[in-house]
Amino acid sequence: MSLLRFGTSFIPRALSCQLPCTSYLQQRSSTDYSSSQLTLRVRKRIEETRERALQGGGPKRIENQHRKGKLTARERVNLLLDEGTFVEYDRNVEHDCTEFDMEKQKFPGDSVVTGHGRINGRVAFVFSQDFTVFGGSLSKAHSQKICKVMDQAMQVGAPVIGLNDSGGARIQEGVASLAGYADIFQRNVMSSGVIPQISLVMGPCAGGAVYSPALTDFTFMVKDTSYLFITGPDVVKAVTNEDVTQEELGGAKTHTSVSGVAHGAFANDVEALEKLRELFNFLPLSNKDPSPMRDYDDPWDRDVPGLETVVPLESTAAYDMHDVIYGVVDERDFFEIMPNFAKNIIVGFARMAGRTVGIVGNNPKVAAGCLDINSSVKGARFVRFCDAFNIPLITFVDVPGFLPGTNQEYGGIIRHGAKFIYAYAEATVPKITVITRKAYGGAYCVMSSKHLRGDTNYTWPTAEVAVMGAQGAVQIIFRDEQKRSAAEKEYVESFSNPFPAAVRGYVDDIIMPHTTRKRINQDLALLQSKKQENPWKKHGNIPL
Amino acid sequence: MAATLRLGSTALSIRLRNASNCGRYQVLGTFHKRGISTTAHLLNKDIYWNDKYDPKESKFDKILIANRGEIAVRVINTCRRLGIKTVAVHSDVDSYNNFVLMADEAICIGPAPTSKSYLNMDAILDAVKQTGAQAVHPGYGFLSENTNFAAKLHENGVTFIGPNSEAIHAMGDKIESKRIATKAKVNMIPGHDGVVESVDECVKLANEIGYPVMIKASAGGGGKGMRIAYNDKEARYAYRFCKDEAASSFGDDRLLIEKFIEEPRHIEMQVLCDKHGNALWLNERECSIQRRNQKVIEEAPSTFVDPDMRRAMGEQATSLARAVGYDSAGTVEFLVDNKKNFYFLEMNTRLQVEHPITECITGIDLVHQMLRSAKGHPLVHKQHDIGIDGWSLECRVYAEDPYKSFGLPSVGRLFTYIEPSHIPNVRCDSGIREGSEISVYYDALICKLVSYGATRQEALDTMAKALDHYAIRGVTHNIPLLRDIMTEDRFVRGDITTSYLQEVYPDGFKGKKLTSKQQNHLIAVACAVHVKEALRQRSFTNQSRLPPMADLPPAWNLSIRYKDATYTAQVKYVPSKHESKFIVTIGEETFDVADNFTLGFNVIEAQINGDIETMMLLTKIPIKEARGVVKLRYLGTVFSLHVMPQEYSDMYQYMITKQEADLSSMVMAPMPGLVKSVAVEVGQNVSEGQEMCVLEAMKMQNSLPAARDGKVKAVNFKAGDTVDEEAVIVELE
Repeated sequence: MSLLRFGTSFIPRALSCQLPCTSYLQQRSSTDYSSSQLTLRVRKRIEETRERALQGGGPKRIENQHRKGKLTARERVNLLLDEGTFVEYDRNVEHDCTEFDMEKQKFPGDSVVTGHGRINGRVAFVFSQDFTVFGGSLSKAHSQKICKVMDQAMQVGAPVIGLNDSGGARIQEGVASLAGYADIFQRNVMSSGVIPQISLVMGPCAGGAVYSPALTDFTFMVKDTSYLFITGPDVVKAVTNEDVTQEELGGAKTHTSVSGVAHGAFANDVEALEKLRELFNFLPLSNKDPSPMRDYDDPWDRDVPGLETVVPLESTAAYDMHDVIYGVVDERDFFEIMPNFAKNIIVGFARMAGRTVGIVGNNPKVAAGCLDINSSVKGARFVRFCDAFNIPLITFVDVPGFLPGTNQEYGGIIRHGAKFIYAYAEATVPKITVITRKAYGGAYCVMSSKHLRGDTNYTWPTAEVAVMGAQGAVQIIFRDEQKRSAAEKEYVESFSNPFPAAVRGYVDDIIMPHTTRKRINQDLALLQSKKQENPWKKHGNIPL
Repeated sequence: MAATLRLGSTALSIRLRNASNCGRYQVLGTFHKRGISTTAHLLNKDIYWNDKYDPKESKFDKILIANRGEIAVRVINTCRRLGIKTVAVHSDVDSYNNFVLMADEAICIGPAPTSKSYLNMDAILDAVKQTGAQAVHPGYGFLSENTNFAAKLHENGVTFIGPNSEAIHAMGDKIESKRIATKAKVNMIPGHDGVVESVDECVKLANEIGYPVMIKASAGGGGKGMRIAYNDKEARYAYRFCKDEAASSFGDDRLLIEKFIEEPRHIEMQVLCDKHGNALWLNERECSIQRRNQKVIEEAPSTFVDPDMRRAMGEQATSLARAVGYDSAGTVEFLVDNKKNFYFLEMNTRLQVEHPITECITGIDLVHQMLRSAKGHPLVHKQHDIGIDGWSLECRVYAEDPYKSFGLPSVGRLFTYIEPSHIPNVRCDSGIREGSEISVYYDALICKLVSYGATRQEALDTMAKALDHYAIRGVTHNIPLLRDIMTEDRFVRGDITTSYLQEVYPDGFKGKKLTSKQQNHLIAVACAVHVKEALRQRSFTNQSRLPPMADLPPAWNLSIRYKDATYTAQVKYVPSKHESKFIVTIGEETFDVADNFTLGFNVIEAQINGDIETMMLLTKIPIKEARGVVKLRYLGTVFSLHVMPQEYSDMYQYMITKQEADLSSMVMAPMPGLVKSVAVEVGQNVSEGQEMCVLEAMKMQNSLPAARDGKVKAVNFKAGDTVDEEAVIVELE
């Protein structure tokens, strides 16, 4: 009703502006006195609503939030976006629940702040749940606000960043709240692969609410203040009789190192938002945009003598693949995704001559760099993200094979390993592979091999491309133990080097490690215009 | 654009210039892009301008170098110049080391531990036989003063490039060397050759020796039972005091007496001899700046030595050399008191580490002359050919942490390494390059950084500049301390003693203390770096939907956290075609910082209000810290400033500082496996990054390092044990 009144009083005034000023003033003072009073009252009300919206749940709740080391929804948005660029939507939206006297408790904007702004000049849509209003709980109005920005983000092709800090469903609203979750899930799925979606969990996130972050491309957490779980410790105790703390059950450490649900954790709100801006800069705005390029100061053809000594002389000695990655990429700047989960594979974003690339590398330092269930899934998901958003892939290979054992077989390594193959095989972005040492068995095939449409495949002189290590191979080929040692030597001579792969054209060149950066940059420049399409399909059937 | 290329081409052009000036200089090595081998030949003044020899005289065809690292590189460089083939012997871990790559032949003689490689005489002798080397240069350390080794070589008809065995033996024995030196009329520290029997004898002897004297327990050590006396009264008291303390501390109350050297300096004289009885002195080297009796900074000549004293020292040194039948390059060390009295300490019968500074001021290639003497050629120089031309300084750049007792060793892999060899009058004697590993097996010396100048001040300035441009990443190094000394008042005045470091830094080295102007300059540059990075963050070149540049804030309001204090600054960027600049306002003061730098790993030659300050930007190491931490090395010390926009800083007030659980004291198995070896024992002191044990898993060996420095408290597993994931293998105290 009030909106209608506002509308009617506003329109005549706008029209009257076209009239000469004097007559407008005369008309106004003589005939429309009550109307101008109303205008002033409405203005005041707008002003007051704005004030109240900015206050969220009020000073007391804001103080509580701060005491926990958490920022308010608005403070977070302000840090995330370039100063002064935030454009807010739906500041006046209120919930429409009338049960349990809810109509008496209304907050303009309800429990979420939504809108868009810019991050280093590029547009981003954002929603930030406000814990100070009904504990950030999700009402129908709340979900509608989020859906509105998600819809618009899809239309214009810009990422959505969600800052989650919510106690869960607005129980007072019942099924309307659940419907709200489902509405968001549907949009998460429709946006998947179209625009990057990033979730930053900055407070509790429990029950159905967890699935929205889980459906997005990246989920980050804030250490000690954020939790993600299906049910809290109390329910766990009641159902399974397990004693577990919130932190153990769904804290940042659990999800970044054990479950692999979250892709990273940050020390506090400020640092998390700083880091999110950093990640955002690596990403294109949508699947229609190219991988971003920007100015760079690291010479594209820089010689990297340090790479000559990374791989140890002894072929069984470990080394850290990070040393290779840091040496190759621009200015050692590498944004690692899931640094604490399945550490036997490294994935993350870096730049090559200013252009964003996705890096995948086996890390011989951890579990010899083998592929197991967790590393396969971690690698596969990252490869698919890069492929969806036109980000070229650079793969550094030193893999002794898939991890054997009942644990792995019972866990379904076959199914999970297949995901990684699937991801590399379907990817059509430029794919550059460098085999630094071992590429054994099925794992050789997986790691962006020529056979999975690798565009450029290199080996270093230390590479060994073979079905397996010499000892194991000889034991299978020869039953006679006496023949083995001679055969083992022969096997080493013929297979523990890059030539078997090189003579067959499975690798394009054997390169000196110090030239790696230059070679990759030349290839990236060449592959910029790569065009490759998969056959039309509704969608593939990745072995989930 | 290309820092490395720029460096490379400068080096190249100097090299070419030298090559054309002086025909006998070869272009050495093929991997010069990063200035990795010795750069002596890059000095714009031909460093060996006084090197005399007859080109027709005979020389060795092939020599073997029984050493590693920089000294092996040093010897190879001279051999290459002379056309002598070289053989390197090396341990397996050194296989990719520079000296191995530079030598004409290389033979692996064993695993990393020196006892099995560089001290393994049999393996080295085998290598000599195998390669047909006619002579062996031992470098310094290892087998350089081992008469056994020299004798074995002799038996096999191979020349030892160094003095004869008798001379090594005589000078290696403390009593024998003193006897010979006394006979050769070398100044000895006055003292009484025996036990002091009574108080009266003590006073009598003290008067004979001359005050001040030191009375010390025969069984003494650690400063106990030791007393200095300046007069008879003090001598009596000291005698009684020491006797009591010696009796109670050592159960042995015998006392000795000798001259006490006040404000001692360590000054040594380089000598050069041949097999024909000729001996020359090549001036002194001042080596007083030491820590734990190890030299850190050396210079030649000494500020303290006058021509008369120099001649006296030189004549005594050569007389000793003649007395012992010395026939190679050697060094006579003296202790010098504050009245310019000098006393014999010992003679080093080898090429000294710090020989390059003597080469710089005399123009003589000492390695070349050693080779000539070993071949039996007489010296071609006369004493009057040896002068002093200019001044030279040497800093020993070590992989060690100068903040811990002036230098505790550190280990690691050099992921960035750029020597300042592009600076004129700088010589880098090093044996490593980017990617090299500084391991626990060998000396932590990274490089001998030598500067040269017409005057001492010139050499000091050049050294400071060289240190500022020296990029070493991946290990902790002592450049902060070296750089601080270069401008420290007492050092600049030449007022130094062997306890210089303890006197100047009584509480240990704490890093450079900045003046308020310097601090403002540091903050101004950090702000400029932050804004430059902010500008680059939005410099997308292929994005279709970008806002106009007007979106840039007119100014950046920044907050800088540095050492518990917070500063605020406002930065404006003023782009221009040629001279873009950042205008940084800190408090009332305004600083114009020229936009003349890049954000690569580069030296910033910051122009701040017209002043030029050299800083090194270190931010972009794989950082675990929040973005916004700007690390700058300035005047040697690394300063870490957290620069952030004001609105971020405002929000920091609500952040709770968290205590991280300390896992650094435990070395845990990252995965289940078999303990292959444990490298440490209980009670052993270990440094950060040092290998604690090796875990074998998936047929791969994983080296587990210490996360911090410390002492081993417990070793819970031994080699051969199997461990579960997260099992604590080694605990630190």
